[in-house]
Amino acid sequence: MKAVVTVIGHDQVGIVAKVSQKLAELKVNITDISQTLMHGDFTMMLMGEWDDSAVNFETVKEGLESLGKETGLDIHIQRQELFDAIQKL
Amino acid sequence: METKQILDTIQMISEEKLDIRTITMGISLFDCIDSDGDKARRKIYDKLTTSAKDLVKVADQIESEYGIPIVNKRISVTPISMIAAACHDDNYVAYAKTMEKAAEVLGVDLIGGFSALVQKGYQTGDKKLIASIPQALSETKRVCGSVNVGSTRAGINMDAVKQMGRVVKDLAAIDPVSCMSLVVFANAVEDNPFMAGAFHGVGEADKVINVGISGPGVVKRALEKVKGESIDLVSETIKKTAFKVTRMGQFVGNVAAKALNVPFGIVDLSLAPTPSQGDSVAEILEEIGLQSVGAPGTTAALALLNDAVKKGGVMACEHVGGLSGAFIPVSEDSGMIKAVEHGNLNLEKLEAMTAVCSVGLDMIAVPGDTPAETISGMIADEAAIGVINNKTTAVRVIPATGKKVGEQIDFGGIFGYAPVMPVNTNSPAQFVNRGGRIPAPIHSFKN
Repeated sequence: MKAVVTVIGHDQVGIVAKVSQKLAELKVNITDISQTLMHGDFTMMLMGEWDDSAVNFETVKEGLESLGKETGLDIHIQRQELFDAIQKL
Repeated sequence: METKQILDTIQMISEEKLDIRTITMGISLFDCIDSDGDKARRKIYDKLTTSAKDLVKVADQIESEYGIPIVNKRISVTPISMIAAACHDDNYVAYAKTMEKAAEVLGVDLIGGFSALVQKGYQTGDKKLIASIPQALSETKRVCGSVNVGSTRAGINMDAVKQMGRVVKDLAAIDPVSCMSLVVFANAVEDNPFMAGAFHGVGEADKVINVGISGPGVVKRALEKVKGESIDLVSETIKKTAFKVTRMGQFVGNVAAKALNVPFGIVDLSLAPTPSQGDSVAEILEEIGLQSVGAPGTTAALALLNDAVKKGGVMACEHVGGLSGAFIPVSEDSGMIKAVEHGNLNLEKLEAMTAVCSVGLDMIAVPGDTPAETISGMIADEAAIGVINNKTTAVRVIPATGKKVGEQIDFGGIFGYAPVMPVNTNSPAQFVNRGGRIPAPIHSFKN
């Protein structure tokens, strides 16, 4: 399974570490990563890939959402096919 | 990783309110026909609850995994007038209650198809169904009904036009809010996923998934970036935006159809507003350059919008269908409500607008004392626009029982509220009471 994780919120120490730590715990491999400041907000996007027969989508989603609550960051995960469908011919 | 495109997509969903308005499963009920009404309804209940048992689950899963809001899950069925005709029941209210029960158990928001097609004449089932509408729709919450009174091929059945004015009034007398579940059509389409007018046409497959998309906010935001530019660029911008919006509909439809093991029918590429700020077709028209929707130029701006949405959307999906275009329901569009409240938009202008957009006089509240013949006159006018211009038109008016111009009626949720609008008080009674059929227009003879 491939999915895009977006993290948006106030810049703070250790965001990348916390998110990648959580993804490692969930057995999600990061295949691409990018970060920027948008309208003053820290914005990180990364492409994750994992074996969904071992860890299902819901588990990864819940893991990231609970991290979002702890850190006050807006963390979303969406399956990657959506972006290709909308943006590519 | 295409970060700009990812952010663009996320912004469309989170800030500009892009959503899938509905995933609608069309289900044929022809194999449920029985001369014993109870048996027929048992078969209908069983077929609906088996065929659509995973509809809500699959839609929720798509919403969760792809992060796309799916506002409604709906079912459309074969017009009940055809299914119930074989039974000997005096009225068809029990069929509506069976539909309601199945919808409730399945957790779907609405179920459409308490319908009759009488553009050329009445059959046994049609008469009983239409007579059952006021009780059926006022005693159910999720059931939607529609009656097709005209078509370009058949002309306009003025007996049905006359009767439907009375039916709307009778329904309003019981509960005006129920009138939002009833549409009177000309040129009704068989694969429409939007309510209240959805039914599963006789030429459709046994089961089918149709998707209705929305996204007025996305179009408005895109137009904000081309302020002051020529109309050509406005049209291009709308086309590009409609393309992206429709791609999402195509994608979701494919995923849903595969998961449910049901063929994917069509994407209805309509701009369907909701009352929330920034999700308004009126605001798009104002962004194009009108001080308020209703100003001279409104019809032209809407024609441009409607056409550009279709052109952009058509290439984005395999099969386009349904109503496809821009919806202009008054109560469901904050910009339309504002324009009516400020006296900038009247019924006559709305009627003109319906000649160039995808439906008709939609979710419009009129004074409670509006005579049935006047409502029939409104239905006849809309049907004429549809029949002559070879397009679908509809009337969904709400006589606000006990209320006058300036008061308002509340429908709740995504259906909003509507200010009661003034109606021309000259009577069309003699015209309406003539009955008969307006012949099909000359350009319908294409064979």
